[in-house]
Amino acid sequence: MTWIGRSLPRLEDPSLLKGHGTYVADHADGALHVAFARSPLAAGEILGIELPEIAPGGGQVFTAADLHGVGVIRPVLNRPDYRAVGQPALAAGRVVFPGQAVAVAVARTAAEAEDLAEQVFIDIEPQDPILTFDAALAEGARAVHPEAPENVLVEGNLKTKGFDEAVAQAAVVIELDLRSRRQSAVPMETRGGVASYDRATGRVTLVASVQMPHMLRTGLADVVGMAESDLRVIAPDVGGGFGQKMSLFPEYVVLVWLARKLRTKVAWIEDRRENFLASAHSRDQAFFVRGAFSAEGRLLALDANLKSNVGAFSCYPVTCGVEPLMAFGELPGPYVVPEYRGRSRGVTTNTCMMAPYRGVARPMLTFTMERLMEKAAKALGLDAVEIRRRNLITSFPHRSPTGVVYDEGSYLQAMEAAVAHVDVPAFRARQARARTEGRYLGLGVSVFSERTGYGTPVYAQRGMGIVPGYESVDLAMDPSGNVEVRIGSSPHGQGLKTALAQLVADEIGVVPDRVRVIAGDTDATPYGWGTFASRSMVIAGGATKFAAEAAADKLKAIAAKMMEVEVGAVVLDEGYARVPGTNKATPIPDLARAAHHQSQRFGLEAGIRTSGFYDPGGTFSNACHICEVEVDIETGGVKILRFVVVEDAGVLINPMIVDGQIAGGVAQGIGNALYEELIYDEDGNLLTTSLADYLPPTALEVPDLEILHMETISPESVTKAKGVGEGGTIGAPAAVLNAVADALAPFGVEIDEMPATPQKIRLAIRNMAIRNTRAPADV
Amino acid sequence: MKPAAFAYLAPTTLAEALEMIDRIGDDGKILAGGQSLVPAMNFRLARPGTLVDINGVAGLSGISGDSARGISIGALTRHAAFHTPPFSGPLADLLAKVVRNIAHYPIRQRGTFGGSLSHADPASEWCLVTATLGATLHIASLTGTREVAAADFFRGTFTTALQPSEILVRIDLPPLGAGWGTGFYEFSRRKGDFALAMALTALRIEGGTIREARLGVGGVADRALRLAKTEAFLVGQPAHAETFAAAAAMAQDSIDVSEDIHAGADYRRDLLGTVIRRALAEAAA
Repeated sequence: MTWIGRSLPRLEDPSLLKGHGTYVADHADGALHVAFARSPLAAGEILGIELPEIAPGGGQVFTAADLHGVGVIRPVLNRPDYRAVGQPALAAGRVVFPGQAVAVAVARTAAEAEDLAEQVFIDIEPQDPILTFDAALAEGARAVHPEAPENVLVEGNLKTKGFDEAVAQAAVVIELDLRSRRQSAVPMETRGGVASYDRATGRVTLVASVQMPHMLRTGLADVVGMAESDLRVIAPDVGGGFGQKMSLFPEYVVLVWLARKLRTKVAWIEDRRENFLASAHSRDQAFFVRGAFSAEGRLLALDANLKSNVGAFSCYPVTCGVEPLMAFGELPGPYVVPEYRGRSRGVTTNTCMMAPYRGVARPMLTFTMERLMEKAAKALGLDAVEIRRRNLITSFPHRSPTGVVYDEGSYLQAMEAAVAHVDVPAFRARQARARTEGRYLGLGVSVFSERTGYGTPVYAQRGMGIVPGYESVDLAMDPSGNVEVRIGSSPHGQGLKTALAQLVADEIGVVPDRVRVIAGDTDATPYGWGTFASRSMVIAGGATKFAAEAAADKLKAIAAKMMEVEVGAVVLDEGYARVPGTNKATPIPDLARAAHHQSQRFGLEAGIRTSGFYDPGGTFSNACHICEVEVDIETGGVKILRFVVVEDAGVLINPMIVDGQIAGGVAQGIGNALYEELIYDEDGNLLTTSLADYLPPTALEVPDLEILHMETISPESVTKAKGVGEGGTIGAPAAVLNAVADALAPFGVEIDEMPATPQKIRLAIRNMAIRNTRAPADV
Repeated sequence: MKPAAFAYLAPTTLAEALEMIDRIGDDGKILAGGQSLVPAMNFRLARPGTLVDINGVAGLSGISGDSARGISIGALTRHAAFHTPPFSGPLADLLAKVVRNIAHYPIRQRGTFGGSLSHADPASEWCLVTATLGATLHIASLTGTREVAAADFFRGTFTTALQPSEILVRIDLPPLGAGWGTGFYEFSRRKGDFALAMALTALRIEGGTIREARLGVGGVADRALRLAKTEAFLVGQPAHAETFAAAAAMAQDSIDVSEDIHAGADYRRDLLGTVIRRALAEAAA
């Protein structure tokens, strides 16, 4: 019997669903509360900070001037084009984005801390804020940071040898000028931390809602100026991260400093407004792309000028290179791109820092490549599916012009399966019928690759000063036969503990609920990189498999001695060590007990303790999304009628969990496509600071998904599983927006921006109707 | 996101509540369902010194009457009370149709009819209903009860004729009996969001001709607006699409529409026409 491949109910769920989960705010009992006074302006010199008069016992307020010995957050990228910018824990001398923390108030309750924080008067000589890449790149623009006089923090450039020749040979060159508006990952639980000082040992424990506890400990120790061993970081239950909780934020530096300074326990639970203002943003990108095609519809060359607004600072540890360099490196996506010219800039502005958000640059680059295919098909008179057939990668390994190596995938097969499942001819008939009734249906296809589970080689290639990627796992079986797996990954809702338990169960022959996975505590787990970049199943899973294999070997050795057979004759299955073909069987708990309590019998080290390490090169999963929409041409409203996903993530350890990842990702992708937009006004005030203004889709806006699976086995993953954490978000926007464009084809409306809000869609229809006399008269 | 400090009072009778708000004056705020006030306090946009919680005041909730005679609604009646039509007939059906557009299910369990009117959000569905149908609002104070027409009650965004010493206690909706058809159309970004534009109408049509008309729009200006001139235009016209388009155009020309991040003036004016046409078509169907 195998556990891999079964949709086992998640071991994590009973406690979470019954309200027994413990989130960071559940750890705040007995703490003093912290509130930050934040800059009301986007940019300016701090002339002075007036602190409130506080009665004895009424709390305390601190500013940058108090933070003696505290350094700045300055992540490193070893590239000549990278401009390192330091982020202070509290603003010193100047403010560079609205919401930047300037002072910190500590009081008995959260309300009292807020009372103090709002009485802090920050006297700022304002500067004209630089909010957009156009403003930042304008001739003579003020430098946001003196370290980067051109306002460019990172820039990638590449031109392949045959580029000019390929463009010259093209039958048609398609131009795209696409825009993704600024978005937020909107985790249900905002950021938060509780730092407590232990007077006995002098250590600080920080419980925080984060994705990378070990990395956070390193970063905090460096910035605060303390030994890592004096700091313990715990990620308890975390209510969503999506990348937003990967970075080292100034607020955590202040909390650790406060706990040491006041020798007490302090708690900060971020509110939604702060989360929108001052956590991290993403997706503020503009791509200008030209695709040169042959008459047969083959893409000969791609020419890309990519801009990413990375905000005021560079996120630690992955840096502000994350969006611009991924856009630059992975633009070709699932397509063969023989020649490439790319320029990609990370532009700094007086806005909230950019940090990774599920998908990182790929929602936008998939939107770009998929619009390119659609427009090229139209220009060449080809079917939109057919042109993709002619350009998708079909031989592996494939090396892209930017040097990315693709392992085995099923780009073409997944698309064919999705197209067949949808029944395109039947849709076209319905679409034609609907148009005669004044209803506008559209179908959109999106094919994409998702690079997952990559180890140190990929990060090292980016020149990161801190090179993440590997995972270590420590496994132990206790004398009762239960297994503890300590991992450096830090799952926060993905169901990884269940999936790893299934892996271990198959190796060791125990049931999954005898496997306890311990994560998210730097005192209890090996150093690792947390959970991000669709990596944990592949990398922590691989390391877990190695550790479990070693444990199985030891159990077999003990069993062989106990049953007096050759090791090779022993199998572990359903709680027993058995010798097939005989009636010999020993319960695994008996082996565990013997390993601990009768160790003298075996000539082996006592106990069952093993470890595993994995640092793979990475594996691509892939999928095709097809979306059907109806556009209300009078309001611009879009309703999603159908959403099909054909996903290839290799072997599915737990298919239900994979489907859950896809569903959540698609929901966020629908938000990116149609709803979500962070808006600054021209003075730099963020106008979208609540969930009444910033609009993630709800259950009512997300359709039921039809999910089909394919299985391509890659040698790049020892568990044969590929990552699947981001694909939903990567692929969905292009599918939705291509569907909207298809629905509006009779009007000739171009969809060049996400989100495509009702206002933008309706105004585009009206503008085209005014310009285009052939459009229906009723518009 | 914690409110500034405030005092909290919980009267159990209307007389007690009126005495309290009279004494407190400007610095007080009445807490009914709290679905707008409490978030505003948490954002510290509202900072009442004293909250007077009327949820324990007896006799302020309940619905009586019927479609033909008109309906009387206690101010503390929760939105959810209209999830199923409280009576038969066009008026009750209209209220049941409208209520599903008010925010979300949990909010409708707590939010109150009178609270919505007193808060006077320009995109409030109940404000639109009362303004369009010509409701009478009963307002109590220590000096007695006065009646105010909905048309005179709404003064602008979050602004009404209510004095700090007054409580809205009851709302009377006039009859909408047999022979009336009603229509309501709202467009919002997501289900349950504030309307970017909405229209509510009631038409009495005989032999294809409109004999009586009520028409109002919400979410497009600083308050819900009853469109009296357009109503007058509709009366005597044939109930078909051309009439509705002409009515929509009249409204579009006469209203100075509001703007926000989800709908600029151009788009909102355009939507205004669409929601009017759709509401009228529904009423005539």
